[in-house]
Amino acid sequence: MTRADMTVPPGHPLDPSGRTVLTASDVSRALRRIAHEILEHNKGAEDLVLLGIPSRGVELAHRLAALVRDVEGTDVPVGSLDITMHRDDLRSQPTRAPMHTAIPQGGIDDKVVVLVDDVLYSGRTIRAALDALSDLGRPRAVRLAVLVDRGHRELPIRADHVGKNLPTSHSEKVQVRLAGFDGGEDVVRIAGGDTR
Amino acid sequence: MSALLLTGATWYDEDGAASTGDVLLRDGVVAQTGSLDAPTGTETLDADGLTLLPGFVDLHTHLREPGREDVETIASGSRAAAVGGFTAVLAMANTNPVTDTAEAAERILDLGRAAGLVDVVPVGAVTKGLEGAELAELGLMHRSRAGTRVFSDDGHCVADGRVMRRALEYVRAFGGVVSQHSQDPTLAGPRACCHEGETSGRLGLPGWPAVAEASIIARDALLAEHTGSRVHVAHVSTAEGLDVVRWAKARGIAMTAEVTPHHLALGTDLLTTYDPVYKVNPPLRPSEDREALVEGLLDGTIDAIATDHAPHARHDKEHAFVDAAFGMLGLETAFAVVHDLLVSDGRLGWADLARLMSTGPARIAGLADHGHLVAPGAPANLVLVDPTATNRVNRDASQSLSRNTPWHGRSLTGAVHTTILRGRVTARGGEPTAC
Amino acid sequence: MNRHLLSSADLTRDDVRMLLATATEMHEVQHRAVKKLPTLRGRTVINLFFEDSTRTRSSFEIAGKWMSADTINITGKGSSASKGESLRDTVRTIDAMSVDAIVIRHMASGAAHQVSQWVDASVINAGDGTHEHPTQALLDAYTIEQRLGDLDGARVAIVGDLTHSRVFRSNAITLRTLGAHVTLVAPPTLMPSGIASWAAADRLELTDDLDAVLASGPDAVMMLRVQRERMSGGFFPTAREYTVGFGLTRERLRALSDANPEAVICHPGPMNRGLEISADAADAAQSLVLDQVSAGVAVRMSVLYHLLAGEEGVA
Repeated sequence: MTRADMTVPPGHPLDPSGRTVLTASDVSRALRRIAHEILEHNKGAEDLVLLGIPSRGVELAHRLAALVRDVEGTDVPVGSLDITMHRDDLRSQPTRAPMHTAIPQGGIDDKVVVLVDDVLYSGRTIRAALDALSDLGRPRAVRLAVLVDRGHRELPIRADHVGKNLPTSHSEKVQVRLAGFDGGEDVVRIAGGDTR
Repeated sequence: MSALLLTGATWYDEDGAASTGDVLLRDGVVAQTGSLDAPTGTETLDADGLTLLPGFVDLHTHLREPGREDVETIASGSRAAAVGGFTAVLAMANTNPVTDTAEAAERILDLGRAAGLVDVVPVGAVTKGLEGAELAELGLMHRSRAGTRVFSDDGHCVADGRVMRRALEYVRAFGGVVSQHSQDPTLAGPRACCHEGETSGRLGLPGWPAVAEASIIARDALLAEHTGSRVHVAHVSTAEGLDVVRWAKARGIAMTAEVTPHHLALGTDLLTTYDPVYKVNPPLRPSEDREALVEGLLDGTIDAIATDHAPHARHDKEHAFVDAAFGMLGLETAFAVVHDLLVSDGRLGWADLARLMSTGPARIAGLADHGHLVAPGAPANLVLVDPTATNRVNRDASQSLSRNTPWHGRSLTGAVHTTILRGRVTARGGEPTAC
Repeated sequence: MNRHLLSSADLTRDDVRMLLATATEMHEVQHRAVKKLPTLRGRTVINLFFEDSTRTRSSFEIAGKWMSADTINITGKGSSASKGESLRDTVRTIDAMSVDAIVIRHMASGAAHQVSQWVDASVINAGDGTHEHPTQALLDAYTIEQRLGDLDGARVAIVGDLTHSRVFRSNAITLRTLGAHVTLVAPPTLMPSGIASWAAADRLELTDDLDAVLASGPDAVMMLRVQRERMSGGFFPTAREYTVGFGLTRERLRALSDANPEAVICHPGPMNRGLEISADAADAAQSLVLDQVSAGVAVRMSVLYHLLAGEEGVA
């Protein structure tokens, strides 16, 4: 199973035959709730580090950090963690250039790292992210926040914070567009599926 | 004695006028031509649609025996020559040991006779061991049964002016000729392997400038004039070198020149793949030089086409380009290449082809029995060719023991059909006959 | 990108940009405590060096190891002159062990191209005679861009023994691919044969006047190593004469800085201090010599990744 959406370039046109499952305000509400959950679970903002998985996970991580600042008044370190070099499906894909990894100044040792991504699917991306993290330091804990969980896990991976659970079939595509990265409004749509 | 009747053949006189008819060969000579009935007991060969030429004479072949019988022997080279339409080949002296004594020359002569498929004429070295310093036993080689007339250090240039002068003076006594591999070693050293120009610059290969050839030709022309002797330019490859030959002839100097089929047809740009099959000395040249060489063929500046057949083992070629051995096979493909390149589109006529591949070289080498056009009384050293046959060259089907041919996979129009040496068929349909 | 890197001409502008972008990410690895990426785990890379080179070989070795590949160094035996195994047999023996890549350095031009015809493995040219050195050109471009930004439109001078330089040949190609203006500076005896038509075809400038070039304030000056042995080939009379005409002396360093304070100086190494480059220039703030070395590992990691990580048989 491939992370098809990871390679979708910014502003790529949506499939018109799909249906919207999250509007801009749905996304906004989901993110606010996730931010609260993170703070609740962590009992505050101390030692938190948000790392977004490129591409759209990075914008989500920054928006969560902004929401945390609104609520707690604290600036939580934000960065990005590219997982291209840690994928387990390299040999069955054309080679892609890695995206940027930026670990915040304070590092991740003994921190609570919250990985942030737009869609959770097979779980392989997150496994790769855990691998990548282990070479960068030793967090006290690692959590996962995703905007959408579409099911079909192939590995024992689960998200701690989910914006929306979206049962899908394999033939469907989940399309995420974010205002910052793609321009326009936030939206999550499902397209494709069995048309036979 | 055996007789052979060729029916329906076409042959040409020296002006290019065609005749078609039957040719009866008997007792090793052309007995009759015209519209003939086959006498009883005569073998008949249907030559309808085929062209009958004087058997080809190669002024420049490397048969590798003695010394490298793993890559070619006089027997295997003879088979390759017969299949290529040759009735005589001059075997170069850079064997191991070098052919620089009467005994060595006679040995090669005898091995050629034993193979019996082509007249193998030994070339004597100019200098002992090809070292370029002291003259070899030129006179003794000439007096031997081999009757050596052509001398060459080919592989090496006789670079020392004094030695070259002495050699020219010496062979004048018996009408001999020195065939010079024209390469000034101070301008093109042993590593030089690519025509010096943009290609050699880009590829990072040691350059072989045209001036290294032309300057030796110029010196040798003046030495030939000074000594009143004959000099032959082996494998001329550059426009500049050719211009010097033209100048020398205009001046009345006894200079002759040969060109190889690969220098006519193949160019420097083939070296961009660094495939050592294209490594040869002198190197392949750019199109300007090839065009000049074709001009030289047509205007008579060039007297002969010679193959410089140079067999090599795979393990001597499969090295980095600069380290690989120099040389290509040529006996089996020479006619097809020349026909495909120049005769099939009419640039070269049959009379010219006969002059360049038979009569001219026979005269330069002093071979009385070869190079005779079809006429009653002429020795029956002949080749029947098929101008319309198109074949794809397959190196694995080669008669040579070696496989280093640059023509592998190419389709060429024009093929040798039957080769006849003193009235006896030596090759037929691409196969040598047993003897 | 195809599965070999034999010549800088194999790379399109997009290829170069991708390789350099990846190298930027790879460079981070050098600063980590755990200098490892699992990406090429299980791949086998042979460094087959016929010509000695501690610098390039260790750079490739480190690059391979940091990508988790199994890297093995093999010293190739000399040329056919030693009547040993043919080059083809040597590389086919190695290839028969099902290695994924052969990084080859050889003293003969074209060796990498020839080897690529004889093996199934990916072949990376680490320097073939006087022909090319594609990863050097990539790391030079990377290093310059790290300091000066995009090379498109930049003015680069390449100075020295061009005839015998594979660094020049690859750099001329890669710099032009990226849109830089390239000026070649050398005495006539050290200009490659056919350079007039070559320069016209590839739009390279030619001159033997180094001072004029420096006075024009180029963005980067690439000094090439000049071998002292060239004097015996008649390429130039004495080392002194070479330095006066073409060396980056202290005076020329000052002239360059005056004309363009931001100009950078490159040298592929090893340097002949005092011959083609003065100690002052080698150690100047504008000198990128050590950055080039550091970049070498990142660039080679990027090359190995793009050639080996992807679909079998396709990159």
